[in-house]
Amino acid sequence: MVVKGIIKKGEYYDSVTLMLVARDATSLEGVKDAAVVMGTEQNKSILETSGLLLDMFKDASDSDLLIAVKAESEEAANKAFEKIEQLLKETRSKAKEAGEYMPKSLEGALEYMPDANMVIISVAGKYAGDEAMKALKHGLHVMLFSDNVPLDKEIELKKYARDNGLLVMGPDCGTAIINGAPLCFANVVERGNIGIVAASGTGLQEVSSVITNEGAGISQAIGTGGRDVKKDVGGIMFIEGMKALEEDPDTKYIVLVSKPPHPDVLKKIADLIKSEIKKPVVGIFLGGDPEVVKSAGAIPANTLEEAGLIAASLAKGKSLDEFKKILEEREKEILAIADRESKNKKEGQKYVRGLYTGGTLCDEAMLLSRQIIGEVYGNAPINPEYKLKDSWISQENTFVDLGEDEFTVGRPHPMIDFTLRNKKIVEEAKDPSVAVILLDVVLGYGSNMKPGEELAPAIKEAKDLAAKDGRNITFVASITGTDKDPQGRSKVKKQLEDVGVIVMPSNAAAAKLSSYIVKNLGGAK
Amino acid sequence: MRKISDLFKQELKVINIGLLSFKESLDDVGVKVIQVDWRPPAGGDQEVMDALKKLLGK
Repeated sequence: MVVKGIIKKGEYYDSVTLMLVARDATSLEGVKDAAVVMGTEQNKSILETSGLLLDMFKDASDSDLLIAVKAESEEAANKAFEKIEQLLKETRSKAKEAGEYMPKSLEGALEYMPDANMVIISVAGKYAGDEAMKALKHGLHVMLFSDNVPLDKEIELKKYARDNGLLVMGPDCGTAIINGAPLCFANVVERGNIGIVAASGTGLQEVSSVITNEGAGISQAIGTGGRDVKKDVGGIMFIEGMKALEEDPDTKYIVLVSKPPHPDVLKKIADLIKSEIKKPVVGIFLGGDPEVVKSAGAIPANTLEEAGLIAASLAKGKSLDEFKKILEEREKEILAIADRESKNKKEGQKYVRGLYTGGTLCDEAMLLSRQIIGEVYGNAPINPEYKLKDSWISQENTFVDLGEDEFTVGRPHPMIDFTLRNKKIVEEAKDPSVAVILLDVVLGYGSNMKPGEELAPAIKEAKDLAAKDGRNITFVASITGTDKDPQGRSKVKKQLEDVGVIVMPSNAAAAKLSSYIVKNLGGAK
Repeated sequence: MRKISDLFKQELKVINIGLLSFKESLDDVGVKVIQVDWRPPAGGDQEVMDALKKLLGK
């Protein structure tokens, strides 16, 4: 086995580009591992843990590109280097071929586009805050995708933005829809009269997709980043976002999406609804008390799907009773499918394994499941006593969020790169106690472009493996997305159904179905 | 005074600093966007960066 490395001084590429290049290099014959990273301290410690930190890398700086390859032979390593160089070259020439001018700075960009009004920032957290402040001082709204921005910086940015009538969406904001444009990881939704303020990225995606799939549409969807509704930031942007939607003549209904805000922040939201918001408000504070939402004068929803359905019903002029009928019908359907799927299991098959790429979707699934089957294990469980000892090893009923740090260090997010989840799907199928495997599939820009094609072979392999042992595993999935997304919801649905997956209309419905099957089989706590 | 809701009346025009894929998806849906060829200031050296900030009075 050989480990070889190259440093390219002053060559900068973004992290997603590099991780995809490394993934392609790792799949070459004779290559055991490959890393292509910028020389930051964090990246160096990742290299160290994977045994790829060569002496030559130790003095490298953030702007140096480090390439390391572990291979069976010198020849295989050299081939990997060639491949990596070729892939990097292709990335560069793709940008150049487009013949577009690429300024070196925000100021340069403003000379070229003086009427720009939004800056999206996704550089490393320690630089992102300064870039965001620069943008605000130029009078530009900001979407801050980067995480690891210091808390005091976030507060400084948001206070400045509030005082100057500007938006700061983030840090750690993955999704927003402004003037119909999907930003970062957003779905392509219908335009309409429902405005959303969300402190949860995948929560926003699920609600906006449900609304679109129900035939209504979105005016604006403002993301705030999860930390906004905590005590320290105090909901600055959540509140400003609500005010902006109240002022917007194209918004007729407002949906609020978040995990439970800090009580102080919740009070501010409630006070604002009572004093200034004249438009109907629907609220989903996942895991929070619906009574609190109600007492603030908003219509409470129990799930992300419900929030979307209520808003869509209002927008279509339907009464809340009609909406309740839809839910009752759906519940009956879920119970019927659960009965059918409980009958074809072998003795001992009784647990669910939820393999999630969306953090909020995983939370929602756990919250709903524990109501039906009791406490569930996970790497980020609702009840801390049920935290898995090892995130890689499931037990009984387990829901893992594969987007958590322990799974994502050094590789692209599982919404983009399916390698890890596909491996987990096959692993879980080997466990004779597993009855259901539950998956979320998140569509939209930024996500994997071929989810159906990439998931199907792993599901098939898992099913075949179980079948050899006389077991039938039920696969349940939800698809967060619309037919206007580049992947196409209906197309992905068909691809999954073709390999025997039961595709439910929402994450909530998928989680409930999985839990009812487990309950029927005696797998509840 | 400027308001956030004023943005909703304008055509969205974006400057993208970071992941190229975010620019490409906006191109795809026909939103005007320009990519900044960003790299870490002062080559990522924290001391040099702090010194620069001081010099520039930031």
